[in-house]
Amino acid sequence: MEAAKRTAEAAPLQDKAGRSVRAVETDKASAQRGEIAISGLSKVYETKKSRFEALRGIDLNVRTNEFVTIVGPSGCGKSTLLRIVAGLDELSEGLVTLDGEEVIGPGAERGMVFQGYTLFPWLTVRENIEYGPKLKGISTLERRAISNHFLKVIKLESFANAYPKQLSGGMKQRVAIARALANRPKVLLMDEPFGALDAQTKLEMQEMLLEVWEKEKTTVLFITHDIDEAVFLSQRVVVMGAGPGRILKTFDVMLPAQRTPEVRELPEFLALKRELGLLLKH
Amino acid sequence: MTAPTTTTTTTASAAAPATATRAKKRKPDRLQIFKDIGNRPFAFTAGFSFLLLFAVWSLLSYTESVNPVFLPTPDKVFVEMFHMLGTSEYWHHIGISVFRVSAGFLLACVIGIPIGIFAGTFKYGEAFVEPPMEFIRYMPAVAFIPLIMVWAGIGEWAKILLIFIGCFFQLVLMVADNTRRVSHDLLQASFTLGAGRWKAIETVLIPAIQPQLMNTLRLILGWAWTYLVVAELVAVNSGLGYAIMKAQRFLNTDQIFVGIIVIGLLGLISDRIFAFLNRRLFPWA
Repeated sequence: MEAAKRTAEAAPLQDKAGRSVRAVETDKASAQRGEIAISGLSKVYETKKSRFEALRGIDLNVRTNEFVTIVGPSGCGKSTLLRIVAGLDELSEGLVTLDGEEVIGPGAERGMVFQGYTLFPWLTVRENIEYGPKLKGISTLERRAISNHFLKVIKLESFANAYPKQLSGGMKQRVAIARALANRPKVLLMDEPFGALDAQTKLEMQEMLLEVWEKEKTTVLFITHDIDEAVFLSQRVVVMGAGPGRILKTFDVMLPAQRTPEVRELPEFLALKRELGLLLKH
Repeated sequence: MTAPTTTTTTTASAAAPATATRAKKRKPDRLQIFKDIGNRPFAFTAGFSFLLLFAVWSLLSYTESVNPVFLPTPDKVFVEMFHMLGTSEYWHHIGISVFRVSAGFLLACVIGIPIGIFAGTFKYGEAFVEPPMEFIRYMPAVAFIPLIMVWAGIGEWAKILLIFIGCFFQLVLMVADNTRRVSHDLLQASFTLGAGRWKAIETVLIPAIQPQLMNTLRLILGWAWTYLVVAELVAVNSGLGYAIMKAQRFLNTDQIFVGIIVIGLLGLISDRIFAFLNRRLFPWA
């Protein structure tokens, strides 16, 4: 029941009368939350004339509340892998499970943030964040509490009633993260979410993401081709290679849990970056 | 006109840097591809275009270089227009025409939009709906007139049916196309947020197509007016098309002009209403 306690802490929400509002649906006795297990996964695109092996023999476990990044050159199938975990693509062989249950098709317990902007343009920022809870049938009052909480987390309270077209790229991705988290997913899948942002915004977003992750505590599987981003964000970096897409090596990131910008200057940080760089060159 | 300006600017700045600042102050090149020109120049140019049309008409008619029986003078047409708009008979014609257009158009919308969304959403729907529609669409609606008269007689339904046939098949295909153009990423985002198939249609597809749908409806409404006139040219005794036909019988070209202008104005008004609604209903687009 630790999970239930944690979520209650994470969302100390109150309605107008000051009563405590539970922002979450009860975690039906799920002792383990958000453990991904991928085993023997392969993905082959086959047509009558050709056969393309996108992924071969992928084995990967992501522990509860772990932050794992996958880096690799473009075309190594890292996005495909994430989409298979999300249930948006089908695998050819192997098995993906979440907390022991096989993944078939997309679902609310696996939230996703896409590289492109996927906010619903006809909904305001607040309505976007409330989209998932609304589907679950959570009452208006509780939804309001959830969106208030997440607007605060992403520091966009003043944009609650703005439409996505009025937001900058960084703001849009912040809302996308909030929208995914408002659904209380067991895992958060992120497909190069900051890939389209400028360098400065990207750094700010990384710090914000870590802050949010600290607060909300979910498992994160994060795809990027940016080595610096991978090392800075994660506890573990998985390096993938292309032709066919496979895991080359996995690195534990031995850096302080509290990632401040100064972490980037630590010798361990630089050493790991260099090692990853060399590995990716081949 | 603008091209030489640019040339002089470049040569001037290249030859003598001292004059470069002066050259920069020249008016910016307004004929660049896709370049915005602002609201006032736009309105001014549009007004000028109308004025030019009017000028050509005046020139041809007042100098009588065209037989006045074929081309009446503007003042004659406008006097006739005010005269006719003063009669209740003409307003009756307008009323019945607006009714026919609205009925045919709305009928096409009520049946066509759901079918179009269905065809655009599911591949089976596309396979079932579109090939026959593509086939029928190329049959001219006008060619259905004899058949419609056999089916529906020459009453109100016959006119409504013709407008319906003219609009329906195009509408279905265009709505299906609007639906298919919805971003797949938005759909997938809704799936990862817990939406099932029907929820995704309700909460993503339908809101997403709305602005485009309004544009489609605007276009289709324009066609509805075209088919109205066709419908009213045959076996009727009311409506704007009938008024035009009657005027033609007596060689009252000025009245024909009035009819055409009134239909044009009605079309313009309905089009503006759609544009206005589009801005009001979909501020997010």
